Amino acid sequence: MSKTNQIIKDIMSASPMRVFLSVVLGFVIGSIFMAVFNEDVVASYEYFFSAPGYTFQIAFQTIWDGYAALFKGAIFNFEATDSVDMFRPITETLRLSAPLIMAGLGVALGFRVGLFNVGGTGQLVMGLLGATWVSTRMELPYGLHMVVALIVAVVLSGLTGGLVGFLKAKTGAHEVIVTIMMNYIAVDLFTYFLRTPSLLLETDGPGNPKSDAPALTAQFPRLLGEEFKINIGILLAIAAAVVYWWLMERSTIGYRFRMVGFNANAAKASGINVNRTYVWAMAASAAFIGLAAANQGLGETSGLTSSIHANIGFDAITVALLGGSKARGVVIAGLVFGAFKAGSATMQITGVSPEVLGIIEALIVLFIAAPPLIRAIFRLPSPKEQ
Amino acid sequence: MAKTKVTPGMFSQVEVAPSWKTPIVYAFFSLLVTFVFGVTGPSGDVSFELASKTDFVQLPNFVISASALNVGLGIVMMLIAAVSAALTFMKKKTPQWLSLVLGLLGATGLLGWLASGNTVPVAFIFGSAVVLAVPIILGALGGLMSERVGVVNIGIEGQLLTGAFMAAVVGTITHNLWIGLIAAMVAAAILSMALASLAITYLVDQIIIGVLINVLVIGVTNFLYSQWLADAGEEVNFPGTFDIVAIPVLSQIPIIGPAMFTTRITVYLTYILVPLVWFVLFRTKLGLRARAVGEHPTAADTVGINVGRTRFWWVTIGGAIAGLGGAALTIGNVGAFGREMSGGLGFIALAVVILGRWQPFYVSAAALLFGFAIILRVWANSVNPGIPTDFITMVPYLVTLVAVAGFAGKVRPPAASGQPYIKG
Amino acid sequence: MKLELRGITKRFGSLVANDKISLVVQSGEIRSLLGENGAGKSTLMNVLYGLYTADEGEILLDDQVQKFTGPGDAMAAGIGMVHQHFMLIPVFTVAENVVLGNEPVNGIGALNLDEARVRVREISDRFGFNVDPDALVQDLPVGVQQRVEIIKALTRNAKVLVLDEPTAVLTPQETDELMAIMRQLAQSGTSIIFITHKLREVQEVADKITVIRQGAVVGEAKPSDSAEKLASLMVGREVDLKVDKKKQSLGQAVITVENLSVLDDRQQRAVDNISFEVRAGEVLAIAGVQGNGQTELAEALLGLRSAIKGSGSVTLAGSDLGGKSVRKRLEAGIAYVPEDRKKDGLVSQFSIAENFMLNGSFTAPYAKGINIDFIKRDELADDLIKRFDVRTQSKNTLAGKLSGGNQQKVVVARELSRECKLLIAAQPTRGVDVGSIEFIHEQIVAERDAGRAVILISTELDEVLALADRIAVMYRGKIVGIVDAGTSREKLGKMMAGIAA
Repeated sequence: MSKTNQIIKDIMSASPMRVFLSVVLGFVIGSIFMAVFNEDVVASYEYFFSAPGYTFQIAFQTIWDGYAALFKGAIFNFEATDSVDMFRPITETLRLSAPLIMAGLGVALGFRVGLFNVGGTGQLVMGLLGATWVSTRMELPYGLHMVVALIVAVVLSGLTGGLVGFLKAKTGAHEVIVTIMMNYIAVDLFTYFLRTPSLLLETDGPGNPKSDAPALTAQFPRLLGEEFKINIGILLAIAAAVVYWWLMERSTIGYRFRMVGFNANAAKASGINVNRTYVWAMAASAAFIGLAAANQGLGETSGLTSSIHANIGFDAITVALLGGSKARGVVIAGLVFGAFKAGSATMQITGVSPEVLGIIEALIVLFIAAPPLIRAIFRLPSPKEQ
Repeated sequence: MAKTKVTPGMFSQVEVAPSWKTPIVYAFFSLLVTFVFGVTGPSGDVSFELASKTDFVQLPNFVISASALNVGLGIVMMLIAAVSAALTFMKKKTPQWLSLVLGLLGATGLLGWLASGNTVPVAFIFGSAVVLAVPIILGALGGLMSERVGVVNIGIEGQLLTGAFMAAVVGTITHNLWIGLIAAMVAAAILSMALASLAITYLVDQIIIGVLINVLVIGVTNFLYSQWLADAGEEVNFPGTFDIVAIPVLSQIPIIGPAMFTTRITVYLTYILVPLVWFVLFRTKLGLRARAVGEHPTAADTVGINVGRTRFWWVTIGGAIAGLGGAALTIGNVGAFGREMSGGLGFIALAVVILGRWQPFYVSAAALLFGFAIILRVWANSVNPGIPTDFITMVPYLVTLVAVAGFAGKVRPPAASGQPYIKG
Repeated sequence: MKLELRGITKRFGSLVANDKISLVVQSGEIRSLLGENGAGKSTLMNVLYGLYTADEGEILLDDQVQKFTGPGDAMAAGIGMVHQHFMLIPVFTVAENVVLGNEPVNGIGALNLDEARVRVREISDRFGFNVDPDALVQDLPVGVQQRVEIIKALTRNAKVLVLDEPTAVLTPQETDELMAIMRQLAQSGTSIIFITHKLREVQEVADKITVIRQGAVVGEAKPSDSAEKLASLMVGREVDLKVDKKKQSLGQAVITVENLSVLDDRQQRAVDNISFEVRAGEVLAIAGVQGNGQTELAEALLGLRSAIKGSGSVTLAGSDLGGKSVRKRLEAGIAYVPEDRKKDGLVSQFSIAENFMLNGSFTAPYAKGINIDFIKRDELADDLIKRFDVRTQSKNTLAGKLSGGNQQKVVVARELSRECKLLIAAQPTRGVDVGSIEFIHEQIVAERDAGRAVILISTELDEVLALADRIAVMYRGKIVGIVDAGTSREKLGKMMAGIAA
């Protein structure tokens, strides 16, 4: 084989190239969905045989409009007239990325220890319950109030996760079942709290299950003034990622977590209490998710309903998978998914259902998780073949 | 030639009796029923409606004080707990059907407790529980078939949703529910083929593919729903449901007749599929081979069983059954597709597979528990019980937690479950 | 049936596992394939059995070229195989295992288990196997499981029977029985290929011997050739399997075990009321056929498995270990080489350097507070790789990529680099090449000479006899007797079958 060929092969089988191709392919397939089911495109089908060019023109226009709207909504609004509107999209992306990064780190930690934490929703909701109680029912000075609420959220989420680990360790109950069941229980419990006047129900509302707005003393401070909703959540998320990196890659605790994840038997023979490790790992995983809970509960200026968990617990699984359970990967994945969330409203306006982003998300992760698949599609060489 | 005496077990004395967990869990539930539901519970009369006015056999309503009922039931449950304790003491295992009996008694007690001062429409609740359990049973059956051959299937939710969507849309467009039913099964089977080939041929982590299948199907159905179904509901999302068919003779049995034999084809298909899957799995050559593949793929390979092909087809057919479960949601119950209408049933099915220990009949019983829970939530809202409905909603999940932690804890999945088979 | 292999070549990536191997086995012949671990014997047999496809060469049966796409084809052509790791499904009955892949069915397609039982009984009676068709395989002793494997092959009318390392799990008496069965089968016209690395067995039963080294046939030999000649053919150089030991200087008792009983995973008594002590500067070998409680004993000593409540005590250097965790025991001075390195000894996804600190992550030198001391770790790794002759490109190579011998050296290096009073080495040379065996044996003896206590658990009598100062033989969870190193093979063999000395 010639040397040039070898070099091309090396580049093509390298991982950044694969990620890039996965993203491109995800967007291409998303485009097909956008075009095929668009009303205008559908309307043009009847002229397809007389003027196929017309159909393609409309289809292309639809795709272009869709992605332009995504860009305008998530990165930079080039059609805006003042600078606030221009830059708001990117700040929204950052704001919406924060909880995804935090929770994504939590799920990622579980993966590294060989635990599949499907319980993000339940752990998040328990944290929210605590944060909301502190932020609406307690009176504390500015700053301290927020810190206390944040700590309560992290601790409550952590305890919920720790309970899962405890049940797994003590009884051998599978963490997937336990977390799924606890998701439902936690959401029901939260709804009950929101419904009950003596607990979290808003003070003068019509009685729908909804809490008061968090006290001003407990809300996350905004970063760029009142015109932008972005708050310190994104900074906390970055800090969390740094802590995660240190914990998993540099500390002996993370080393033992990884050891248990790879080979629990060898860990036992090396003097590690595997059951205790499960408890701590689940608690740590949930604690990161608790941070996302605080972000959801204290980043709002209005009252909360039970839908405030916003499915972050499940999105976090995809974020962790896309990020390969590594700190940097999770941050990048969180930003991408945050951008999708930020851009979906603008897409809606142009007549493209933002749900297409869900498809693109899933496809990208699928292609990244399945290297052989992307290689098969693009006929790339396998790295093993020489 | 020396004879080797074959004894069960290298060292035949069995040292440790079965765990005490089972009697303890039994006792916990008996005490709960006796004291919380019974002694301290409401004492109003509860009336069990055993037959509606149109039923073939007319039975009078069974009226009893709620607290008396629960004390009575609690005592029977305590006796069962005592039997279990005695068995454990004699180092014998408690048979699993005792758990079912206990669960049934506990459920009756719960109904009585909630409905103090009201009437309980027994056949309606039982029948609705069956209908609501059908998607869970079929989803779990699909998951079970997949796990029995060693492929973990987290994607049941996606398969249910696919089935529900295809049944509604194809059923509406073709004006033929049967074609819709078949479309649901085929579509879910194709999805399973994707899962199977990624897992078997491309060795992608099975849990990851399962999660992604769920996300992908939710994404696609949500997109199509808002872009297409929402605007054109009349033309594409208005399939109606299968007719209710009463089976002659069987439908005239009191309680069971109206509950189980006056229902839709999707439910009858489930009655056939559960024993059928059991029979194939445990009584036929195909099942023996499938279980061999799930337990020890290398051993299966050495006797000429094609591991990849076996896995592929079991996962695929399991997917078709899960697709049927999805169809049961739309054309077998509600009559139209709604956004994310499977609403977590696929995850419950996943739990049910483990709770039912990979055995079709136990899996079905566990699924019924959840069907019961769903209808209980709906019905409890109408009788306005003394406790918040949020707590009633929690019951099945709590029961599952206790059950999983209590007696189904260290269950053994098929040995090769989740592991790809890599040949040299 | 006459079997012929012509120029079989099998490559895995750049590794040539079989290099143009040719072989002819006549009908009714017992042919031994002799070679050390990793020589390519099992690969060759897997090619013959259709599990692997050869890159080059062909297989002929009675001079007909065969094309096998899978084991099904090989079986249909009359090849049967008893694998080294039994290919039985533990949760199935004997009958189910025997008919799997070849099931009798009745009219409605259901399994006909009665017919299956008949098939088992027929073969079982003919050879006096006495196997119950309805017993669950997981409940059977390994010796009986092997008979199930033979029944499996014979019910499929195997005319060529391959036995891959069949004696590893048998007592000497069971081995003799197996050899009788082999002769009986050969007389009835079955060709037998007997794969082993045990010279004595080859000399006893084989008609002809083919020696394989590094994937290629290096020669043929007769059973009457001397063991030394066979060994040097097998290894490719003069082998001195004797280990030089210094004169013993015994110290205090390091470990004292009294009336210890332990349950196995199936809650049955695997270690039954065992007592012994090992003193400083002494190797106590625990001999016995696999599955007689040695594994559970080792795990109990390390604390991986708890002793039955109130069943006695384990004392290490005067302090009671009862109820202590694995970590406490490691810290108290136990070094442990597990019998299954891939399962218990290594994390294959970790680098060599990371594997060296598996049980050292709590304290210095590997830990600095709760941080890993990466600089120290790398220094130590380089040092250990050099001292223990681990053949690798770098300390960052993943442990899973190393050969069996080098993996074992990583485990041994880690354990012996720690301060210890007692070394427990379970099957330390299983699946390891001869060069590494010699090295590991030297290390174990060096530990003894340095005044530590050593418990060597081994099923290989050669290894036991080479290293032990005293030998304890286990049978069905009990110690049959503790004898000194000079005891004869015959006597040890009897003890391994449970006949007290």
